Amino acid sequence: MTEAVLEIEGLEANAGGKQILRGIDLVLRAGEVHALMGPNGSGKSTLAGALTGRPGVEITGGKVRYRGADLLALAPEERARRGVFLAFQYPVEIPGVSNNYFLKSALNAIRQHRGEEPLDAMEFLALLREKAAVVEMPKELLGRSLNEGFSGGEKKRNEVLQMLLLEPALAVLDETDSGLDIDALRIVAKGVNALRSAERAMLVITHYQRLLDHIVPDRVHVLSEGRIVRSGGKELALELEERGYGWLEKEPPARGATAR
Amino acid sequence: MTSLAAANERLLALSNEGETGRGAEAFAFAALRRAGREAFAAQGLPTTRLEEWRYTNLAELAAPAWRLPAAGAAGVSRDAVEALASPVFACGLLVFVDGRLAPGLSTLRVPEVELLSIAEARGSRSLGSLVDLKAHPFAALATALLDDGVCVRLPAGARLEQPLHLVFLSLGAGAPTATQPRVFVEAGRGSRAVVVQDHVSAGPGPAFTNAVTELHVGPGASLEHVLLQRESDATFHVSHTAALLEREARLATHAITLGGRLVRNDLCVTLAGEGSEAWLSGLFLGSGERLVDNHGFVDHAVPRGTSRQLYKGVLADRARGVFRGRVRVRPGAQHTDAKQSNPNLLLSPDAEIDSKPQLEIFADDVKCSHGSAIGRTDEDALFYLRTRGIDESSARTLLVRGFAAEVLAALPEPALAEALGDAFAALIEGVRP
Repeated sequence: MTEAVLEIEGLEANAGGKQILRGIDLVLRAGEVHALMGPNGSGKSTLAGALTGRPGVEITGGKVRYRGADLLALAPEERARRGVFLAFQYPVEIPGVSNNYFLKSALNAIRQHRGEEPLDAMEFLALLREKAAVVEMPKELLGRSLNEGFSGGEKKRNEVLQMLLLEPALAVLDETDSGLDIDALRIVAKGVNALRSAERAMLVITHYQRLLDHIVPDRVHVLSEGRIVRSGGKELALELEERGYGWLEKEPPARGATAR
Repeated sequence: MTSLAAANERLLALSNEGETGRGAEAFAFAALRRAGREAFAAQGLPTTRLEEWRYTNLAELAAPAWRLPAAGAAGVSRDAVEALASPVFACGLLVFVDGRLAPGLSTLRVPEVELLSIAEARGSRSLGSLVDLKAHPFAALATALLDDGVCVRLPAGARLEQPLHLVFLSLGAGAPTATQPRVFVEAGRGSRAVVVQDHVSAGPGPAFTNAVTELHVGPGASLEHVLLQRESDATFHVSHTAALLEREARLATHAITLGGRLVRNDLCVTLAGEGSEAWLSGLFLGSGERLVDNHGFVDHAVPRGTSRQLYKGVLADRARGVFRGRVRVRPGAQHTDAKQSNPNLLLSPDAEIDSKPQLEIFADDVKCSHGSAIGRTDEDALFYLRTRGIDESSARTLLVRGFAAEVLAALPEPALAEALGDAFAALIEGVRP
């Protein structure tokens, strides 16, 4: 079996003073793309927050190992430098910080951690141009303040652009499809697919099946009330599309529902 | 006797001393000095009972026995000036050491402009004409002690390619020293220039800089004035800038305050000619126990004037900031377009800002607005940056620099914007929540 990139064991977490995650078990191996689906409020974003160290997400139990390290003990920037990436559901607007400058700072922080030389302005620009072309990112958005005044689709494309530049070992995409029209969805999926590789694991969080037409997952998990209640192949997503989430609550979880 | 009253006596005594110590060459200013002396005697140092000084207690400024600078510039090298006042604009560089022009440190290659030291500009009737001594006690004191400075005359149509760089260097050598930098700019019809008034300290000793600047912007002229305050933490800096704009004149001011123990800036702009524009911006950083107070007054005296005020404050530690932006639209000043805005960023729970925008409108067909805001570091933005591998400290600095970017980007010279942005970021690195 290939190497496990992420091993989540019995993860429990609170957010806003309420218990949201009630014992998550999940293993992602190198080369795999998993989809995590579930209704609103099931804990999808809290899980993304727990994996990246978001303030306000309080871990109350369980363990998370990432490439052999205790992920939960690491600061958010340390997780990023070791290759964990989160594409935000709501990317933050930062006035006065140019997108270019931000991207270069982020890339060089991560390169430094990997023991690589920082890229100079020319090298960075060449790389940026190449990656921006994949997500069809207009040049003027690279010079503007980070995400400021970007449309929803532009923000999501910018997230995928960052992912392409930073080349993470574990990418978590938190509802990257929400609010996208079909063209934007196709572009975002193209970026994600460009990054699929034998060394990389991806966790694609989504509410809807349609993203999975473009990014075909190896496994699909359904989250409900802070637990993974069902896991299966890509056909599970289609079943959910057809039947909604309601039936899961009525039928008992499949045997050995530990998501592996 | 209160501490302020005792200080008033000492400061008035200085003005007598200055009078007897000076030769006949400066006689032409005797009347102006006398007017300053009388106006200061009548007002004294302002107390916090005055609305204009409510948040700015001057007890610390009043405590030292301030002395006028000793004659003769002590060994300051050109290299030291270049390091302190970086980036130096060497084409039109005038260096004043403890208030006095140091010709050996200055370089002047701007034939299109007439530059005179105040001492040379004898008989100038315009000097002091824009300052209301009776309403501004510090300007009155500076006038009573008037010693040296510069008169800049831009003939009609003159266009300066490079900024004029006026460096006022406080020696900070030990004894508490008071200086009165004086700048007078007369921009003739249709002329264009950038004037950088740069205050720096060479040493850490106590200093009191009491600057007065007059900017007369002629018809159709365009003037940019940059006031840089990057003095030591033992410096008290009070500045009074008075500007008069004639028809279709344009003035942009940039007040960047990075240093000083206590800084008070008064900026009084009169839009006296139709269609004139005033773009007033500022960035101030307070850390430690420092206080930075910006008072602006824009007087729309005639129709079709435009004014913008954008002052951004960043306060850390136990620092305090004050902003008061007053806009007056006089009766008949129709089609005035005036906006003021004062966003502030507090980096510590003990930092404080008192912000008071104020509109006084006596005309009915105008467009005026004001706003102020107080924010703290955006934790969501901080987390976002950290998830991209940027460490917390760099992320905080990046956010603060982003907050300041709008004001820095408006500076007339990119080299200046970059140098000040770096200096600003370095100071932010030094303060932690």
